[in-house]
Amino acid sequence: MKPGIAARIIVAIIFGGLVLSPLIIKRFAARQGETKTKLDSQTALARHGFYLQEVSRAAGVNFEHEAPTLDPRLGHIMPQVASMGASVSIVDFDHDRWPDIYVTSSKEGAKNALYRNMHDGTFKDVAEEMGIADVNRAGTGVSMGAVWGDYDNDGFEDLLLIKWGKPELFHNDAGHGFTRVTEQVGLPPWINANTALWFDYDGDGLLDLFIGGYYSEDVDLWHLASTKMMPDSFEYAKNGGRKYLFHNLGNGKFEEVSEKVGINSRRWALASTAGDLRGTGHPDLFIANDYGVSELYFNDGKRFHEVGEQTGVGFAPKSGMNASFGDILNQGRYAVYVSNISEEGVLIQGNNLWMPKEGSSGDKLQFENLARDFGVEIGGWSFGAQFGDLNNDGNLDLYLTNGYVSLDRNRSYWYDFSKIAGGHSTIINDAKNWPAMEGRSLSGYQTKHVWLNDGSGKFVDVAQAVGVTDTFDGRAVALADLWNRGVLDVIVANERGPLLIYKNTVTPENKWIEFELEGTKSNRSAIGAQVTLFWNGQKQAQEVSGGSGFAAQNQRRLHFGLGKSPQIEKAEIRWPSGKIQVVENPAANQIHAVKEPL
Amino acid sequence: MSQPSIAIGPKTAEPFQWKRFFSLDNRYIAPAFITCILIVGQISFGFLESYKKTGIAIAVSLVSELILARIFTGKWPNLASAYITGISVGILVRSPAIWPYVVCALISIMSKYVLRIKGRHIWNPSNFGISVLLFLAPETVAGLSIQWGNYLLPMLVIWVLGSVIIARLHRFNITGTYVACFSIFAFLRSYITGSPWQSEVAPLTGPMYQLFIFFMITDPKTTVRSKFWQCVVVAVVALVETILRLEHVVYAPFYALFLVGPAALLVEMWFDSRRTVPARVTA
Repeated sequence: MKPGIAARIIVAIIFGGLVLSPLIIKRFAARQGETKTKLDSQTALARHGFYLQEVSRAAGVNFEHEAPTLDPRLGHIMPQVASMGASVSIVDFDHDRWPDIYVTSSKEGAKNALYRNMHDGTFKDVAEEMGIADVNRAGTGVSMGAVWGDYDNDGFEDLLLIKWGKPELFHNDAGHGFTRVTEQVGLPPWINANTALWFDYDGDGLLDLFIGGYYSEDVDLWHLASTKMMPDSFEYAKNGGRKYLFHNLGNGKFEEVSEKVGINSRRWALASTAGDLRGTGHPDLFIANDYGVSELYFNDGKRFHEVGEQTGVGFAPKSGMNASFGDILNQGRYAVYVSNISEEGVLIQGNNLWMPKEGSSGDKLQFENLARDFGVEIGGWSFGAQFGDLNNDGNLDLYLTNGYVSLDRNRSYWYDFSKIAGGHSTIINDAKNWPAMEGRSLSGYQTKHVWLNDGSGKFVDVAQAVGVTDTFDGRAVALADLWNRGVLDVIVANERGPLLIYKNTVTPENKWIEFELEGTKSNRSAIGAQVTLFWNGQKQAQEVSGGSGFAAQNQRRLHFGLGKSPQIEKAEIRWPSGKIQVVENPAANQIHAVKEPL
Repeated sequence: MSQPSIAIGPKTAEPFQWKRFFSLDNRYIAPAFITCILIVGQISFGFLESYKKTGIAIAVSLVSELILARIFTGKWPNLASAYITGISVGILVRSPAIWPYVVCALISIMSKYVLRIKGRHIWNPSNFGISVLLFLAPETVAGLSIQWGNYLLPMLVIWVLGSVIIARLHRFNITGTYVACFSIFAFLRSYITGSPWQSEVAPLTGPMYQLFIFFMITDPKTTVRSKFWQCVVVAVVALVETILRLEHVVYAPFYALFLVGPAALLVEMWFDSRRTVPARVTA
């Protein structure tokens, strides 16, 4: 055989192998990635250490989210425009040490619900009698989310309700009812907001408030002045709503200071969270934006500095719909999880797991996206996600919900969506140019993801195996130990769907510990307080959050799984005031109530 | 994509050395232009998935071209074509993984050496590589489907510059015919489907199409010779694309060129063989 022919044959074989390589990689990845079969509860318990059981009806919760009906000129694309508003936040509003649940609906005239924990495994909706149910009245906009924080340090969590419309602040009157104080505190008349959070950015012991706009605040979605209100780009839009930072003045009033402190953006914010990423004692602010890059603001206690590009998180534009922090490698540093869109054959953005780069810290902190390496990249049209130790093995797991618009199962809107998404800003910006949906689905009926962390940087999807089999259009996820059992239950708010409560059963071999913090010099909600737990030669940091995920807030109480036979050395609490408190040898399997020392 | 540079004129003596230094050989116009697109896109609104992935695609293309040309021809190749292929893969492929950039660049370059008929490769290299990947790895790979940010200016610059360059290379007939046919078919699709005409025209305003119309469909190595038939072929590409679009195929232009381009070349080869056979007989 001539050398030339031999070379041709070898190259042809390699070529054939390369052409087929995507199929081989696909098969290999499918084998590695997930457990697809639903297991019975005992098998799931033995194999994964926990299982989840949907118990909303049994718990007396029968809540169905309803979507709004916007301006008729959006009628042809209504399902995708009116596609948010299902939110869930956990609060102990009556201070009885049992978590309660607040959920929003978004239809004009629909009622929100406040489910009081009855301590017997059931909940009772008391929103009406508490005065925070009828908040979606025509002309005032509809609910998009809610976050709780004790802004006046009276010991009871107050409610901020964000809407596509008028934001509302309700003062908690000692758990007996709520008083609307919107005008007194000075909130603006209209924000088309999808994200908000409480945090004490300047460390003065008073909770401040961040609100991120989505549509521009001059757009009334029920009475459009123009149909040119859509994003002006699928990946570089800057015509969204403005951002607000309300500084708590301590006299029942807030001052809007966003521009003054360096927050000046018109990207389309969908999610935000805050946490001390650099160990400075000041909470940094992360904003996940739709139609663009994420923003990260380093906080020096007085001013914010946008460092998205510098840190690596603000380089590649995607469709950010979630922001949550978690110390997933037990190294005392937070990773950031941002959800995006992945649709086979059309758009593969992949979710981002921003891990702090080795050797980078402080103002030089940098992140790298390790979602693919860690196995948490592809999650469909992803929305809310939260980190939490679901099986109490000592590692934070990740729950992700997804699914955008579930209508006709057999007809997809994706082709038309991709067509318009590629068009110039003058085309995409005008809603009348968007093809009609005509009852078609857009990434509908998606299966959820429950990624179990093995502690070494690998996550395995066990959603189906442990009982998470719903395919609703998921939006918000919140984690809470609903019945004070030392496990994290999962509460999911679905768009045009039911509120789901996944009750968690965890193998009793795995121990746990929880910390319920109360600030004195710091804000009383202790939002921003960080607990670093040292046990069995490892440590894990968690921070009390005033809002995280997508349109969600976890319980403020911090939950740590400990695995088998834990030897707990100490819990180090760093309060927002800067005070460090050490709790030596705290006992496992207990809820520890800790008050900030004076 | 390959370099659209066939019109290299007869060499004449240059009166001044400096002029020769600053005048660009036709072979390097296309690489220079696509580099401009890359730079303008990246500077104006951060266009790339990542520098690393684009760099990998370019490097793999260049290295594989060097190796394969050495093996198959025994010579060191001009790398302009491979550079265009690499940069196109780096821009057009969107994937969070790195392997698609490596595999796509390799498949694209290797296709030139493996898929040959009568000494000619029949697929545009990057069209082949991207189409294969989009078809076989849809769960990992997507195509570029975004806009030129919010700005009209970069888009206009690319259109004007691209048209001038393509005209200098005597291939504007291909680009012009395609754009005209696409526009006509866009209105036809709008009429058939009831979608707003703006949404049907929208894809043409994005960078994916600018790369497609200036680099892919004009590739001299994989287009027929006659200017008239070049126009006919590209009209058929637009027609097949429209049929695929009516079937809601997202990457219709890539697949249309993948199907029509080689078919047109095979027809041309068949006609050539019919012309040459009698000539040999009479000789």
